[in-house]
Amino acid sequence: MITKAAGTPAICSSGNRNRSIKSDMDIVIIGLLLGGTYALMAMGLQLQYGVARIMNLANGEVLIAGAFGAFWFFLGTKASPLWSLLFVVPCAFGLNWAIYRVLIVPLVRRSKSQGKLEVDSILATFGLSFFFIGIMVAAFGAQYTDYSYLSEPVFIFGQRYGLNRVVSFGASVILCAALYLWLHKTRAGLALRAVSVNPSAAGLVSINVINASALAFALGGAVTAAGGVLLSMYLTFDASYGVVFTLKALIIVILGGVGDIRGTIVAAFVLGLAETAVATLIDPGLTLAAAYVLFMLVLLVRPQGLFGRRVA
Amino acid sequence: MKRREFLKYTAATAIAAPFVRAAQADTGVYKVGVVGAKTGPLAPGAAITHFPPYQLWAHEVNARGGLKLKDGQRKVQIIEYDDHTAPPEAIKAVERAATVDKCDWIGGVYATGFNLATAPTFAKHGYPQLTQACVTDQGPSIVKRYPGFFMFQSSTTAYAKGAIDVLKKLKDSGQIGNKVAAVNVGDDFGIELANAGRPLFKKAGFEIVYDKSYPLGTQDYTPVIKAASAANPDAFVAWSYPPDTFGLQAAAKVEALKVKAYYCAVGCGFQAFGGVPGSENILGAGGVVDTPEIRDFYKRHKEVTKVDADYWGSPFYYSMLQVLAQSIEAVGTTDRQAIAAYFRNRKFKTLVGEVEMPGQILDKVYTVGQWQGGFFNAVNGEGFAGSNYTQVKLKTSWS
Repeated sequence: MITKAAGTPAICSSGNRNRSIKSDMDIVIIGLLLGGTYALMAMGLQLQYGVARIMNLANGEVLIAGAFGAFWFFLGTKASPLWSLLFVVPCAFGLNWAIYRVLIVPLVRRSKSQGKLEVDSILATFGLSFFFIGIMVAAFGAQYTDYSYLSEPVFIFGQRYGLNRVVSFGASVILCAALYLWLHKTRAGLALRAVSVNPSAAGLVSINVINASALAFALGGAVTAAGGVLLSMYLTFDASYGVVFTLKALIIVILGGVGDIRGTIVAAFVLGLAETAVATLIDPGLTLAAAYVLFMLVLLVRPQGLFGRRVA
Repeated sequence: MKRREFLKYTAATAIAAPFVRAAQADTGVYKVGVVGAKTGPLAPGAAITHFPPYQLWAHEVNARGGLKLKDGQRKVQIIEYDDHTAPPEAIKAVERAATVDKCDWIGGVYATGFNLATAPTFAKHGYPQLTQACVTDQGPSIVKRYPGFFMFQSSTTAYAKGAIDVLKKLKDSGQIGNKVAAVNVGDDFGIELANAGRPLFKKAGFEIVYDKSYPLGTQDYTPVIKAASAANPDAFVAWSYPPDTFGLQAAAKVEALKVKAYYCAVGCGFQAFGGVPGSENILGAGGVVDTPEIRDFYKRHKEVTKVDADYWGSPFYYSMLQVLAQSIEAVGTTDRQAIAAYFRNRKFKTLVGEVEMPGQILDKVYTVGQWQGGFFNAVNGEGFAGSNYTQVKLKTSWS
């Protein structure tokens, strides 16, 4: 367990500030902030995998590219890296649209089953991830990048939290809400959801499946890159670091259930809260174990994920 | 995930191999193979510490006409190999450097585990293995098994002891109390440092009030810092790797961690870390004594390689290559065993001073540095007789 000082619950005074690291509020807030970070990592992949049905292993590299975009913008202008969203998001959207049209569409056309498409897309995007890493190493070098933007405290209930994480959490909430509303309240969103449920049936009701999938894939890439911009404010990254984000995103998407954005959001926050609780109450060394135990339990009880549909 | 990782590495090797081979050239040059991570988790560290010193060294040797051998001058040609941060790839790359590219010399590879993994390959092909990025307590037993293995470095314990000695001095002079919070990354060097540190803390009269590890690749260090902070330590020690060195610092800055001494191990000596707000007066592994020659080295390093050298490995890497060049020129041939025999028992004048490798292990290193006004000054070391270390300052502010 942690320390004697933290042994008594609620408020224990230490130094000048009242601090109770075991206080539930603290765990909840840190956990929510981390959950917001995770949601940013995973939402793009959910759109690409859940709707466009492309298991994009280059997802993490797109996130890193977004982070580099923000870093480059920040270095050049010294203005808030958030402004870089204005060009990073459209660029990522266009790039991912192009990737889908050029690289993925031939795979979709020739694949006879969903399983075949997944294998093909895994291999194709896997190669793509190396291509991206190579380009980023050439452009930005392989070193660590860290520019700690807004790395200053903000007080919530008397406790200190990183302003950059709070800002990124806010952006994450806005992004989640916007995506959810768009998917569930608009006609285009409806079409996307139809494709997600059954691509061939969607085609029968005059939805252009290829276009809808390209839109979902491009949107997923844009969301991922936006996540990269926000994460770059407080995470140390390098050109090869993308695979870490891809794996985390993959766990969250599978945990939440493929094809439902609500599942991804819930899973991201559950994971953030669980990891923080374990780190604070038990041992920071067990956070990774906790994440995988949670992942395993969910898969045992609900193989389709928290919000996933059972395959008929 | 394992299988996917495996696929990733194999695919990448297949793609990269032809390009690496294309770098071969004819004789008339002195070919030096440099194996290290260009991609994967170790790539950022290798891109700062491992590859650039070789480039700078080759650039400077070639600028003066090349290495002076008995049969004339030879330009140095560097051939770089990407091991994708995978030991089997490192072994393959060393094999390739020895048998396909027929390098005249193969530099020690990047990072401790990789040097141990490739040691049999170096030995098999009769290449001495002069390493810098290899820190371990197993040094004496390794060099016994591999007579061609040289560590231009020191032991893990030397670094742990160096850090703890600095804290002990602060404690004994009444500047800090005896409570220390220690965390470590759950990976090779972090665990080794933590294990070496625990008994040393006790011996130095410290009470460890918080002692936890965290996994590599943790995305939020706030819980670690908050818990450590709740234990009311006087000093905070992180046996950390570069990404967590940055992450812990950011969390500590936000929390305004109230400690008078803050230490983090690997990565603290990167110039990027020194540039992060709040890094002033942070202690870390490495450090160098500020001299005009060192300042000039950093300037040249940046000009030639476009990379900011670090304050731990870089100056020693460069010094190691100075030793190599002096030995090659003294021997006057490409006879690797003769070259190794030459530097085995001699003193050499280098960037970091006069050095030698008794028992195949370097006799002196700086163990602890501290960021003071944009320079990572050495505040402690081993083997530097009468060295003028900088006075340690207390960590008073996070702004």
